[in-house]
Amino acid sequence: MIRLTWLQFRAQAVTAAAALAAVVVVLAVSAPHRALDAGASHWLYMAGIVVLYLTPAIIGIFWGAPLISRELETGTFRLAWTQSISRTRWLAVKLGLTGLASMATAGLLSLMVTWWSSPMDQLNPLGGYRLSALLFGARDLIPVGYAAFALALGVTTGLLARRAVPAIAITLAIFAAVQVAVPLWVRPHLIPPVRTVSPLNLSAISGLGSSFPENSLGVEARVNIPGAWVYSNQVTTPGGSTSLGLAPHACTSGSTNTPPSGQTNACNAALARLHLRQVVTYQPGSRYWAFQWSETAIYVLLALLLAGFCTWWINRRLSR
Amino acid sequence: MTAVIQASGLGKQYRRTWALRDCTLAIPEGRVVGLVGPNGAGKTTLLQLATGLLTPTRGTISVLGDHPAVSPALLARVGFVAQDTPVYARMRVADHLRLGAWLNPGWDDELAQRRIGQLGLDPKQRAGSLSGGQRAQLALTLALAKRPELLLLDEPVASLDPLARREFLRSLMEAVAEHGTSVVLSSHLVADLERVCDYLVVLVASRVRIAGEVSALLASHHRLSGPRRDPGTLPAGQEVIEESHTDKQTVLLVRTGEPVHDPAWTVTPVSLEDLVIAYMNPASDIPARRPQLGVAS
Repeated sequence: MIRLTWLQFRAQAVTAAAALAAVVVVLAVSAPHRALDAGASHWLYMAGIVVLYLTPAIIGIFWGAPLISRELETGTFRLAWTQSISRTRWLAVKLGLTGLASMATAGLLSLMVTWWSSPMDQLNPLGGYRLSALLFGARDLIPVGYAAFALALGVTTGLLARRAVPAIAITLAIFAAVQVAVPLWVRPHLIPPVRTVSPLNLSAISGLGSSFPENSLGVEARVNIPGAWVYSNQVTTPGGSTSLGLAPHACTSGSTNTPPSGQTNACNAALARLHLRQVVTYQPGSRYWAFQWSETAIYVLLALLLAGFCTWWINRRLSR
Repeated sequence: MTAVIQASGLGKQYRRTWALRDCTLAIPEGRVVGLVGPNGAGKTTLLQLATGLLTPTRGTISVLGDHPAVSPALLARVGFVAQDTPVYARMRVADHLRLGAWLNPGWDDELAQRRIGQLGLDPKQRAGSLSGGQRAQLALTLALAKRPELLLLDEPVASLDPLARREFLRSLMEAVAEHGTSVVLSSHLVADLERVCDYLVVLVASRVRIAGEVSALLASHHRLSGPRRDPGTLPAGQEVIEESHTDKQTVLLVRTGEPVHDPAWTVTPVSLEDLVIAYMNPASDIPARRPQLGVAS
């Protein structure tokens, strides 16, 4: 069955290998000039991110969706399932080989792009460079999990839709939705964030103001935790309240009801008397690999669950 | 005699329609069985139930004494050629033979190569570019080279022209004679199967209308023609399958175990085709008269 799967998958594997080789050439040639030629490098840098997000989707729709649906569509499953081999083994080998190829393709691509991009990632202005939503999914291990999940998703929708074209459309829609939903609603909760409460450092204040006409004080302060993914950053009273009370007169004098252009000593002294606190909720940059591993594990687990569902469906439901 | 396919109260329902119902059947081994019925009668459903590609809604079916497709070992003993003879369009003829060799422990590669050579198929040709007849032959080769004990063929000749049809059946019969394989092949035309099958199952409107040895069926059915008469006045042992009347004349197709002695009748033998068509006629589907020939079990 391994040989048959390889026979059927060979053309796609060769295409993937050729694409990977092309990427190797482009990245190797451009690597020495990465920092020197900023324009072209920036373009390639962004292209690397886009390619890493697209690759799992392409694997899902071109390798996953047709894998079973094509057999159902053309009736060849009746040929395959009447040979001397159980359907479970037939599916397991097909899924296993294609799945490993998918994960290897995404893994190698990610390895190359991560290496090529690392000097620029350090300078990335997006903040919290490695944990930022955009970069995180296009570096290191995660693309492997995406590829495994996208493939299994494609196979499952193909099995349920029984036709390749609708399966491709459904796979793409679900995968895109998951790619949006996970960074927004799942990833922040994978590991409980760190919450620090510290006396407000007056030199960290980045914005100061008062509302009109209530004249209540508003203070914003910078966070300086390198590499951190900051969820929230608030200035509170010693009691923990975010309403800071009336703005001190020293901070609002000058032009009435407009924010002062700079903090005067008098204003600083008045603020110091308030004993304000800065409360920051964040993920330290050191948790990068913990996040990579746990999210990859979730995607691989989802892929295995889908594979289990396909096995059950093919044995129990498809013949009903 | 053991049964290669034994069905009891077998039924298959798709959503609200029954594709097959109340199918009780025992097909003896070593026969070439014709499964005949109009389109949509349940032939494909019955064969797919026998291969395990479908599971029954009601009743049971056993193939070679076990549940269909219960294990790779049982799969190896049953060969199947599905309707429209599916093959992998992008794979070459030779790749199909390799597929057969890889997936079947009992694969007879010598037989497969010999057949491909005799048929004049180019091993390098892609299966998608074969003609309908060549594709059917390739699919049959795959099924035969498994060396199955039971070979199931679903409308294998439906898409073939008369010459290819004859050629296909001839090569099937040669292979079957060589290895003593039991065969079930379906068709909506009894004429296709008349020359090859020695056992007949007629399916009409998702039910088995009649099943039995061809020779026994022919011996027990007669066409009676004579002056106009009410079929109700026939002796008890004679069952009317089909009747037609003119003002003066009555023609009946009857089934009876006894010879017909009534001098009023002119008795002529029926052809297999006439017999099957009589059973296919919906007017003959009257439950009280539904015959159950003694089926060996």
